[in-house]
Amino acid sequence: MADHPERDEITGRYTTGHEWDGIKELNTPLPKWWVWVFYVCIAWSVVYSVVYPSWPAMAGFFGGVAGWNARSDLAADLDAAREARSEWLTQIAAKDVSEVLEDDTLRRYAMRGGEVLFKENCAPCHQTGGAGARGYPTLADDEWLWGGTPDAILTTIRYGIRDQDNDETRFSEMTAFGEWELLTPEQIEAVASFVFALSNGEAPEEGEGYDIFVQQCSACHSAVPGTADGEGNQMLGGPPLNNRIFLYGGTQEDIASQVFKPTHGVMPPWENRLSDEEIKQLAVYVHSLGGGE
Amino acid sequence: MHRRHRRDQVEREAALTQATMAHGARADGTAYVEGPVKLFVLAAVFWGIIGFVAGDFIAWQLAIPALNLDLEWTSFGRLRPLHTSAVIFAFGGNVLLGTSLYVVQRTCRARLYGGDAMGHILFWGYQIFIVLAAVGYVLGITQGREYAEPEWYTDLYLTVVWVLYLAAFVGTILKRREPHIYVANWFYLAFIVTIALLHLGNNMAVPVALLGGDTWWKSYSLFSGVQDAMTQWWYGHNAVGFFLTAGFLAIMYYFVPKQANRPVYSYRLSIVHFWALIFLYIWAGPHHLHYTALPDWAQTLGMVFSVMLWMPSWGGMINGLMTLSGAWDKLRTDPVLRFLVVSVGFYGMSTFEGPMMSLKAVNSLSHYTDWTVGHVHSGALGWVAFISFGAIYFMVPALWKRRSLYSLKLVSLHFWIATLGIVLYITAMWVSGIMQGLMWRAYDELGFLQYSFIESVEAMKPYYIIRATGGLLFIAGAVIMAYNLYRTIKGDVAEGARDSVPAGAAVGAQR
Repeated sequence: MADHPERDEITGRYTTGHEWDGIKELNTPLPKWWVWVFYVCIAWSVVYSVVYPSWPAMAGFFGGVAGWNARSDLAADLDAAREARSEWLTQIAAKDVSEVLEDDTLRRYAMRGGEVLFKENCAPCHQTGGAGARGYPTLADDEWLWGGTPDAILTTIRYGIRDQDNDETRFSEMTAFGEWELLTPEQIEAVASFVFALSNGEAPEEGEGYDIFVQQCSACHSAVPGTADGEGNQMLGGPPLNNRIFLYGGTQEDIASQVFKPTHGVMPPWENRLSDEEIKQLAVYVHSLGGGE
Repeated sequence: MHRRHRRDQVEREAALTQATMAHGARADGTAYVEGPVKLFVLAAVFWGIIGFVAGDFIAWQLAIPALNLDLEWTSFGRLRPLHTSAVIFAFGGNVLLGTSLYVVQRTCRARLYGGDAMGHILFWGYQIFIVLAAVGYVLGITQGREYAEPEWYTDLYLTVVWVLYLAAFVGTILKRREPHIYVANWFYLAFIVTIALLHLGNNMAVPVALLGGDTWWKSYSLFSGVQDAMTQWWYGHNAVGFFLTAGFLAIMYYFVPKQANRPVYSYRLSIVHFWALIFLYIWAGPHHLHYTALPDWAQTLGMVFSVMLWMPSWGGMINGLMTLSGAWDKLRTDPVLRFLVVSVGFYGMSTFEGPMMSLKAVNSLSHYTDWTVGHVHSGALGWVAFISFGAIYFMVPALWKRRSLYSLKLVSLHFWIATLGIVLYITAMWVSGIMQGLMWRAYDELGFLQYSFIESVEAMKPYYIIRATGGLLFIAGAVIMAYNLYRTIKGDVAEGARDSVPAGAAVGAQR
């Protein structure tokens, strides 16, 4: 209110003489460093705007004296990356997977590329390192549903499993013994009990479960049909049952449930999403995870 | 018992007289509108806690995805805008409206234009906006524009409320009985006018129902492609600039000198940095779209204007901090002043960090990472929330005519617990953000990416947990504040606090 400046005792400055609700203002000049840093920022901005694309015009814009633009930068980066890769990729394209595996340098390159591809595309289901999860096969062991040779792996990746649209896809379907009433609940119990014992290496060589297995299951789940070896059949995608590796759980209840109404997994075909060279690199990587044949 | 009661009453009356004399009516009997301001303060505390809890809940969702509960209404995608809008528009908005009505009347020595009725219309009008917006978020009614999610009907409604707010504010300034307009009011006015402009510009949308669409609430933006993105970030950036910066600088310009009982450091600085800030801020939006389809020239302008903005922003910090010259010792004894001053410190830090992150070279690392989230929160928690807490602690005893707050010890506890929470939050986000950026750009010697995206997500987890823990501390502080304010309003004074209130910290006594 008082419109005459007063001297502030602490700072020695005068006030402006304004006052609002008890608040006064000192008449301190602008801090020198503040003004100078502000000027420097402005000067830098002007220089930057001259060098790089900056001001818009009615048609187009000022492109900057350096002639730089982000698109050509990106194109150059991509060209360099393509150039660096082409040497390897042409070699991989010319060979099949087993040949790549035999060539040490090429294999090392494919391993690294396959790992990157695997993490981006496969790990969500098969987990990092191919550890697997319920319903998603482990790729780090030596049990293969559809074969673990380099070519078998390549085929699986390329065409997928049980894909609706791909003619080359791997396909098999286990009979729903319970749902379709081909086996009674008691018979399902008996065969589930047999398979559970088989998986623990304690299978009896006779009995109801044994008989049902030989008749109904051995065509797909035994190496020699008509026996109870339980070695599985990769041609038909029939998993081995003579070990403790189970895709949908290994308790007797899990097995019975699978006999009653089987769950079938699907995997997309990758031939439309990844290049041939990329699929080969993936096959090399998966082959090396632990159980390649 | 009886005698004690009488003594309390006498003291209260004395304090009341003192309070009225000192701030209510400076000997001229102006009766300020206070009822709606009280409501704004209570609403700010209420929405603040809701917004903080929503934020911390989604922070835990990032660490533990099962907390999405497999329900669409509680998924991260719906709760995230609920959090951002609750803290910015519900908490921050109520603080801004409440303090602006408080400040403009006192610094103009004029009763609010439109009186109590206007105050109540603004209060309830604004709360209805908040509820309309929040219901929309949970039900999935959204424009999909960050910080501008509400659909066209909510936008139109808010426009009406905002025009009334502008009228009330300008009307009060026109009625003023002071020769000059105080700097806080310049900032408030810049905030109100620019937010109106931004709101209208960014919500140019056509309801699909007008063109025969079935969904009455759905609309599409008038702009498309990169123009739409640019409009959105012109808005988004200036929501930060004019809502969370200019508006809260206004709060600083009133409450810091009041609480410190010192004159503002530099009148000239306040003029220069005000105009520089207002002019430069509005151009800086394109820095949100570096390395996108946005033309290079626009990216350059966004960057250089951000760099030029550094000193104008710091002008506010200098004026805030240097106002304390001659009163630094008060920081030891006055936790309310501590909130105000530390908030200015955080303001300075994030307004340095902002221009730095707008540099394209830095942005290529920081963009899309948690660093951005950390940057926003050092501003939001450290600056916006802390200055709000300071202002609320100042206003509650003044509005309810209490001699002091219930307990300064609790204010101090709130201060330390919240500061610790912020430090945990922003350090965790710095580490995780920079790590994220480095992991995304790491190549091996054969030219392959070193890490997959999922590996960078796995690496974030510990930091997500630290961040969410920091958030819990921040909420705890806010709950302590709510309790302290409740007891203050009830008229209680903590045992022993009555005599040990440090001079200068007795909030009611100074004004």
